Amino acid sequence: MAISVDEAVPAPPVPDDARRARRRGGTGRAVVEVALLTVVAVAMLFPVLWMLETSIKEGQDIYAVPAKLFGFDVTLDHYKDVFVAPGGGRSDLSVALLNSVVVAGSSTVLATLLGVPAGWAYSRFTLKGEKDQLFFILSTRFMPPVVVVIPIFLMYRSLGLIDTQLGLILIYTAFNVPFTIWMMKGFVDEVPSEYEDAAMLDGYTRLQAFWRFTLPLLVPGIAATAVFALIFSWNEFVYAIFLTSSQEVRTAPPAIAGLIGGSTVDWGLVAASAVVFALPVLVFAYMVRKHLVAGVTLGAVRR
Amino acid sequence: MAGIEVTSLHKRYPDGTVAVEHVDLSIGDGELFVMLGPSGCGKTTTLRAMAGLERQTSGDIRIGGTLVNDLPPAQRDIAMVFQFYALYPHLKTRDNLAFPLRAEGLPKAEVRERVDEAARMMELGPLLDRKPQRLSGGEQQRVALARALVRRPRVFLMDEPLTNLDAEQRADMRTEIKHLQGVLGTTMVYVTHDQVEAMSLGHRIAILNKGRVEQVGTPLEVYDRPASLFCAAFIGSPPMNLFDVELADGALHASGGLVLAPPAGLPRDRSLIAGVRPEALEVTAQGADRTVPGRVVSAETLGDEINYVVSSGGRDVRVRMPPTVRFAPDAPVGVRHTGGIPPVYDSSTEELVA
Repeated sequence: MAISVDEAVPAPPVPDDARRARRRGGTGRAVVEVALLTVVAVAMLFPVLWMLETSIKEGQDIYAVPAKLFGFDVTLDHYKDVFVAPGGGRSDLSVALLNSVVVAGSSTVLATLLGVPAGWAYSRFTLKGEKDQLFFILSTRFMPPVVVVIPIFLMYRSLGLIDTQLGLILIYTAFNVPFTIWMMKGFVDEVPSEYEDAAMLDGYTRLQAFWRFTLPLLVPGIAATAVFALIFSWNEFVYAIFLTSSQEVRTAPPAIAGLIGGSTVDWGLVAASAVVFALPVLVFAYMVRKHLVAGVTLGAVRR
Repeated sequence: MAGIEVTSLHKRYPDGTVAVEHVDLSIGDGELFVMLGPSGCGKTTTLRAMAGLERQTSGDIRIGGTLVNDLPPAQRDIAMVFQFYALYPHLKTRDNLAFPLRAEGLPKAEVRERVDEAARMMELGPLLDRKPQRLSGGEQQRVALARALVRRPRVFLMDEPLTNLDAEQRADMRTEIKHLQGVLGTTMVYVTHDQVEAMSLGHRIAILNKGRVEQVGTPLEVYDRPASLFCAAFIGSPPMNLFDVELADGALHASGGLVLAPPAGLPRDRSLIAGVRPEALEVTAQGADRTVPGRVVSAETLGDEINYVVSSGGRDVRVRMPPTVRFAPDAPVGVRHTGGIPPVYDSSTEELVA
């Protein structure tokens, strides 16, 4: 096991000559690259931009032909409508967003709490049929979740979990746990087990050794794993729409989808709620961005 | 200080892998004992069982006469140094050294005194306020050694501690470890797959293969009379020449034509193999007295010696010669046995018979 997290080897400095030569030789190519990337960026970002614009336009400007990219009147009414019901009080959407926070947050915490120790155990111990166990765990993610929505629905009906937040939390956790176990096993593999051995020789129990020495080194991995689990739970739509029906329980994705389909569609409200829905994940990912990058590459690079 | 007794050690993992088949070892008080073997031979598992990091499936381990089978690592009064140095990454050198002592709950003054002493022994003065990632591999390993020293344990366990160092540092550290062990007189069990390390460090060497002990002996015993064909092939570089031999007319006749002096008490009814070290052979001009003809296949010039591979009698023979004796590749040469009585093995049991 010739790995070490302590010996980061800096890249050898590129000689100035070589750098200049590469730049000169690649000018034409660089122009094409930038042009192509610009096209891709515009194509990817335009819907986001349009969503942002729509969310702050007056109703008549949204439907204006030709479309007004600039020079429309700015309003924040749509954002107000997201949170406040027309007659005052909390809107259905704000309830749905809160439900999303509760459901996605709880299932992420649960999946991480289960996945971290499990990944550690699979990494550190030799178990009977370890590979088969891991394969079985992974195999639960082989099919698209939607395949089992009917049997899950029937089971949930018998158990009284239909239209409950607990039901959604459980099913999202179930979908996330295989993923968190596999990802965490990869991260634990990267942390030399000798830290724990040394700590045990110094008088700690195995669990204390894990808690005091391995766990702190796993924080980037845990952050990356949690973000992926959170994004899955936050975005999940199919199970949310099948297993919940009441406004009090429904999460944001089906609630926002429910805005579309009446005789008139309030596009301003749809856009504003979509922005509000997208923000938390963006903010969370931004907060842990350092860990996210470290985490993603930590698992990917073999040393 | 204490000796270690390992009796009938067997380790089988839950997935069915047998890491240690059967190991008996008796390590004396104050001895520097090396366990040598290829990867997967069970040497590290045996060491980890001594440390208490693995629980053996069966068998007993005694340290200083005390049965330690069920003692957790910390209560065995041992210190271990790992191949990967396992310094706590968030602690400075000073705190890494103090860590095991603080964990024991020693008073502050004594902790400081012992840390200073270990730092002085390993010459760590300038490194005390750095964290592990700011130390080179060699420095980290010195800190790891010092961390083992501060505890003043009854036994040092070393798990391939020099593998990750470059060749020069490895030689330096080897000397240092041997010196330290001599000064402290503490029992040390040293695991390695490097025969040079084993030969240069060990008072005695145990050669392990497939979870069993093949031979235990001093470096010279192990080199001169390997107890099995495995040991014969494993120790020595270039390795021993193994000749199929027949006993006739009071001499051993190798298949290629070499004639060797037989040891006493050879069994007559078995097929035999003689082991001849490369330095027990000589390359000379073809047709010289008592030689068999051959042809040079390759010559490795190492500066202080030349290792020839000579094709003779339908097989390759390895010969080590002083650098002054030069033959070009493809040159016709003669090969002569100049050594003493070779060890002889039974080809079916692969064990030394005489």
